[in-house]
Amino acid sequence: MSGVAKLAVRVADVVPVNDLVTRFRFEARDGSLLPAFSGGAHTVVEMDDHGTRRLNPYSLMSDPGDRSGYEISVRRDDAGRGGSLFMHRHVRPGMEMVLSHPVNLFGLDSRARKYLMIAGGIGITPFLSQIAQLSRTGGRFELHYAARNPALGSYMDRLQAAHPDRVQCYFDDDGQQIDLARVLSRQPIGTHLYVCGPKGMIAWVLGTAERMGWPPQSLHSEEFIAPPVGQPFTVELAASGHTLNVGAAQSLLEAIEASGVDAPYLCRGGACGQCETKVIRCDGQLLHNDHWLTPEEQAEGRKIMPCVSRAAGGTLVIDR
Amino acid sequence: MSLDYKFAFSPDHFDGFFRDETFRGDFTYRNTDPRRFPFPFDRDDYMYAVNIEPHVPGRKGTAFEHLLDVDEHYIAEMTDRAKVLAEDPLRCQSLPHMELAGWDVLELIMEAKARDYPQWFSLERDGNRWRWINRPLGIDESFTFLDASTLPYGPFEYIMRQTQGDWTLQDEREGTLWMDAGIATSQADWSLDFDIGMNFHEWHAPVPMAHEKGIFDRALKFLLKLQHGAPVRRFNWTMTVNPLLDTAPETYPKWGTMKTSVTPENIGRKQHLRVELQSLYRLPRSNAIAFDIRCYLASFDEIVTVPKWGRRLHRVVRDLPEELATYKGFIRNRPLMVEWLSQYDDGAPTSSGWFADD
Ligand code: HEM
Ligand code: FES
Repeated sequence: MSGVAKLAVRVADVVPVNDLVTRFRFEARDGSLLPAFSGGAHTVVEMDDHGTRRLNPYSLMSDPGDRSGYEISVRRDDAGRGGSLFMHRHVRPGMEMVLSHPVNLFGLDSRARKYLMIAGGIGITPFLSQIAQLSRTGGRFELHYAARNPALGSYMDRLQAAHPDRVQCYFDDDGQQIDLARVLSRQPIGTHLYVCGPKGMIAWVLGTAERMGWPPQSLHSEEFIAPPVGQPFTVELAASGHTLNVGAAQSLLEAIEASGVDAPYLCRGGACGQCETKVIRCDGQLLHNDHWLTPEEQAEGRKIMPCVSRAAGGTLVIDR
Repeated sequence: MSLDYKFAFSPDHFDGFFRDETFRGDFTYRNTDPRRFPFPFDRDDYMYAVNIEPHVPGRKGTAFEHLLDVDEHYIAEMTDRAKVLAEDPLRCQSLPHMELAGWDVLELIMEAKARDYPQWFSLERDGNRWRWINRPLGIDESFTFLDASTLPYGPFEYIMRQTQGDWTLQDEREGTLWMDAGIATSQADWSLDFDIGMNFHEWHAPVPMAHEKGIFDRALKFLLKLQHGAPVRRFNWTMTVNPLLDTAPETYPKWGTMKTSVTPENIGRKQHLRVELQSLYRLPRSNAIAFDIRCYLASFDEIVTVPKWGRRLHRVVRDLPEELATYKGFIRNRPLMVEWLSQYDDGAPTSSGWFADD
């Protein structure tokens, strides 16, 4: 979404946790408190990777009630698109960075009687902030945490020391596996299940729970919806005769406004319909991100909502 | 300390800014400056729409100047709210899992008021030990943030007794929003006691035409993406006879009959345009969404002091679809309203936008 407030932070600390994982701490550049957040929330870290813009979501792992700073843990992914490599290789204490306000797509259902947590590998991070939150309110939880081996089990020591009866660890290298059916069958009514880890693990846990008759509204898995990283594209404004480049970090609406052309808008979030604009020609592809146009209208490609939608792969000509 | 405010008015308190007035009995409510009123129509006709926009501070001297508007009616509205709650405690409810959201909204309001109105409110914080001073209501409270036993009410009710506007708190679950806490003492004929625990589509069920237009589906999708730090707002409006804040279904027998008291002679004074400036905030600790429904009232006499508003209100009321006039509860008096307002409509064009002078 365009125009949303961001958090201007400075990297306060970079701490290697093990061979693959590094922890980063961010504090507000002006020394003020950061917004509180809810356990399970993530922030989107903006990176300028030598000219390539990256937007990577990372779970906040620090105590949600501690507003002095945010902490994330990043696992180096040598085969990934590069966000984690950038974090590991280039981010140093003192660097200025920009974060989104916390967003929670993996929140604790506050009505649950108990929280059953299942983590695989770096999937432990959202549970760290959730456990901090529950420890404060006295909420009941039970964590099952699988890692390749003790050396790669980030934060296992800390968790086991603080909650010896509630944390159970498993190591793949030792052939240990969670006895999932047994764990699921032992839970009291009103338990909510939370799982975060590799895709295969999530599918296995959710599938098993569904087959055992767990209600769908008590099953929660972390899925990161990485905000689409905009690619730059060119637009011709037929009515006003301008040709513009829409930058990667800019919406089409913002680019039109920056060129001095008055364009209608209200919500700036793809819902109100005010900014609807006729497409005269599109050589590439329209990337619709709105809730306003019907799926049929989106497929026809004769209209676009410039507050959230873009084009790629060729010139766009609109009636503005 | 208790919340039994002593409403001992003396004209020089706060330079006489706050009005000593009533929303019942002798109805002494007035607007000192009608141009401050948030007139809701930016064009000459009206239909439901997804009219949501960023809630950013607006023009000086209007209801949009600050995030939360504290105006000359503040003390009188809080007195009226205390009376309604004394008669019917169910007007303020919070399901047990909403306590954290109550703290979130308390923090939001205290921070905003202390920042924007330092002459009236202050907040000192030392970790979780907070001291809150509300000078207009004579409150000086030291308490522990997140410890409900240190306040005379739960956090939600505590701050709501010091805040204009009805508020509801929505828990987000299962891809929708649930109204799991709220206060309603200045509502346009809907009941918190009835709606509590319902979801977004359930509590909106009585609204005509908007479901078919896909308005609620789109509005909900937008709200589920609402981010902390980026509040939004929208307008709603209706009509009320006499400046009544509390028009609840629970007390309909008391106020419903007032609708029959309107005559061509008294309509300018009695008939009020009721505007709700609604704002929505994502709350940080609970991930809930707070919905503020702030009610503003202006008599027809006050509205027509702005020529643009007089002309426009005539056209909107005259052309409003029958379903909407019925739902909003003024179909019976519409002919009288249109007749009276027509005196102030010379047929001249009106400029677009809400503001009086544009
Ligand atoms: C979570 C936030 C919201 C809450 C708690 C809420 C609550 C309500 C309630 C209680 C009513 C009265 C229904 C009745 O009993 O007759 C109502 C009416 C209505 N709401 Fe909402 N609402 C919310 C958000 C929205 C949004 C975002 C829209 C945007 C389009 C919207 C559009 C409407 C409309 C058009 C009506 C009819 C109003 C009239 O004509 O007087 N609401 N809402
Ligand atoms: S501004 Fe609302 S849909 Fe684009």
